[in-house]
Amino acid sequence: MPFQEIKLYQAGTFVAGNRLLDPEQRSVQARTGRSNSLTSGHRACQGCGEALGARYVLDAAMRATDGKLVAVNSTGCLEVFSTPYPESSWQLPWLHSLFGNGPAVASGVAAALRATGRDDSRVVGQAGDGGTVDIGFGALSGMFERNDDVLFVCYDNEGYMNTGVQRSGATPPGAATATTKALGPEPGNVFGQGKFVPLIAMAHEIPYVATATVAELRDLEYKVEKAMSFHGARYLHVFVPCPLGWRAAAADTIKLARLAKESGVFPVFEAEHGEVTEVSRIRRQVPVEEYLRPQGRYAHLFGDPGRPDVVARIQARADRNIARFGLLGEGDE
Amino acid sequence: MRSQLEGSQAVARAVALCRPQVIAAYPISPQTHIVESLSDRVRTGELAGCEYLLVDSEFSAMSACIGASAAGARSYTATSSQGLLFMAEALFNTSGLGLPVVMTLANRAIGAPINIWNDHSDAMAMRDSGWIQLYAESNQEAVDLHVQAFRLAESLSVPVMVCMDGFVLTHAFEEVDLPTQEQVDAFLPPFVPQQLLDPDDPVTIGAMVGPEAFAEVKYLVHATQVAALDEVPAIAADFERAFGRDSGGLLKRYRLEDAETVVVALGSVLGTIEDVVDSLRDDGFRIGVLGITCFRPWPHDEVRAALGDATRVVVVERAFAVGAGGIVGQNVRDATRGLPVVVQDVVAGLGGRPITRTSLRGLFEDVVADRLDASHLHFLDLDVELVQRELARSRARRRSGPHAEHMLRDLGTVASGTPHGGG
Repeated sequence: MPFQEIKLYQAGTFVAGNRLLDPEQRSVQARTGRSNSLTSGHRACQGCGEALGARYVLDAAMRATDGKLVAVNSTGCLEVFSTPYPESSWQLPWLHSLFGNGPAVASGVAAALRATGRDDSRVVGQAGDGGTVDIGFGALSGMFERNDDVLFVCYDNEGYMNTGVQRSGATPPGAATATTKALGPEPGNVFGQGKFVPLIAMAHEIPYVATATVAELRDLEYKVEKAMSFHGARYLHVFVPCPLGWRAAAADTIKLARLAKESGVFPVFEAEHGEVTEVSRIRRQVPVEEYLRPQGRYAHLFGDPGRPDVVARIQARADRNIARFGLLGEGDE
Repeated sequence: MRSQLEGSQAVARAVALCRPQVIAAYPISPQTHIVESLSDRVRTGELAGCEYLLVDSEFSAMSACIGASAAGARSYTATSSQGLLFMAEALFNTSGLGLPVVMTLANRAIGAPINIWNDHSDAMAMRDSGWIQLYAESNQEAVDLHVQAFRLAESLSVPVMVCMDGFVLTHAFEEVDLPTQEQVDAFLPPFVPQQLLDPDDPVTIGAMVGPEAFAEVKYLVHATQVAALDEVPAIAADFERAFGRDSGGLLKRYRLEDAETVVVALGSVLGTIEDVVDSLRDDGFRIGVLGITCFRPWPHDEVRAALGDATRVVVVERAFAVGAGGIVGQNVRDATRGLPVVVQDVVAGLGGRPITRTSLRGLFEDVVADRLDASHLHFLDLDVELVQRELARSRARRRSGPHAEHMLRDLGTVASGTPHGGG
């Protein structure tokens, strides 16, 4: 099918209106037949990036598997806001076990589907950054190295938001959390710590690793569908702003996700078998300050007198991402 | 078919006969030959259609079993000792979710000090995890209990732990009568899950439950265990009809008629105790044995009935509640509350120390003669002088150093050097 030219008619955005597309090219969310896997009525905060991300991820995965999907959820915001008994927002088979075992539970589900002759059903595991990069990391690495047929999705909001905004291994330097407050001579989370699990996932040489943000939901859907075209272990790391934990306006979730990508703070890319295959280039580079300022967790960097030295260190980290992943591209236009 | 088999191999064959569909196991912390043997059977195709997951830890092993069971597969794992404790959170989750996972527990000690040998510290630490706990006296019973365990687990949707003494049973070669595949298939129907992750009929499993219903959900876990007090003997009776062997059940009664003194114990030590009781019976003592096969659920009424005519009960247990006393003993005291019987707790066989007939005979003679102070917790064959010398070292110097190393040096087990604490 020849690719249809898209008219970018909405000033100031990069989003194509679905109404201008052929039905076949509309997003999963724009289709009348979407599965609403995480349906409305749940108790996520206003502007929750994770709820938005999970809805797009699961509906895209449902479409890719023709509705043959099982979800496994680690403990966290997503589990809590979706299922206070006896209500459930899940319209697909869904299992929650513990905080630190989501990847292993998902492996068990995949094994059972094979063993009982239901190979046509697939498994998505999902967790926040705490359940992925910290307490669930051993199980995640085990699932990766065994190359179990699981897509594991981390909704990264950079801290333990469900329990009062504590620091996780994915909390960025400089950010204030309940355990890294803006106190003392080095306010906020320290530099030189933390981990970026997509790169660790790539080190397992699993078939597919990708990052995405909730600012580019078509890209997120594309990556989910692509992930489901592979068998074996796959990892998707979705950047999901948290208005509560970041002390940001609920209306700014998409904007912050976009600024994270456009500043180089969060690199968006795909990798297959340990090699980067595609990078989402920065369209209009912005200084990190533009990303940091709207967030209360960085407020201590912009007071009087402020900490331009810390902002500069965060800029240096973004610049390193830009150089490392080629986010501006070669001979950029 | 009768064969001379190592306990682990016999159990592996029994588990294979039960046609597990997903096995997840971690090799260490520690483990037995059971999972190696099952791995062979999956690789050769003997266990057709079984998925075997080589996981990264016991925590992941039980977690994979949780996922597999919820997705409708008969799921199995095995572990020991530290491995069981590493699973702890997942054990409670399995029972809370009502998933019929079956696990072999080769009972071994819990460190520190690190020790790989047999006792019951592991199983007893998890006695309140909501798992049914069945204890095998012999390798034959271990085989039989596994066949019964899958049926029990799946009939009630409850996880079952088959406990067998590490080394004493798992590594011992004994004659074992293995059932045939046809016999097991006739006894154990295919797994029909009570709850299933099914894309055609989606359900939410593992939802959050607040104060409004948490107690009720937990009550159901308890009620299921109480139901097992009927189901365990019913399945054992069915098993006897099908296989012609008396195996399993709640309790084992040995020479209890007219017994004034009753020894209570679990697991492989029962054979030794029965030998000693035989010799005491020969000498005219009215003594018998009550073996606990099913420790969880606790067969309160059955234990009370079995001990109703006794005046003295001595519980020989391979674990204890530090700072409190015997564990099985506490349960026995609860079951005999109001009866004119004195219950003594004796801790024996910790960390693989042999429980000898000589020591047991001496102990039982003391019990029968009322020479044992019921107000104290007793330790069989405790080297009191060794303990006293170490306590003296600790008193003499604040930074006296690690106890275990001192005591081993004191015994001459490790090469002597300059002691940290001085003598």
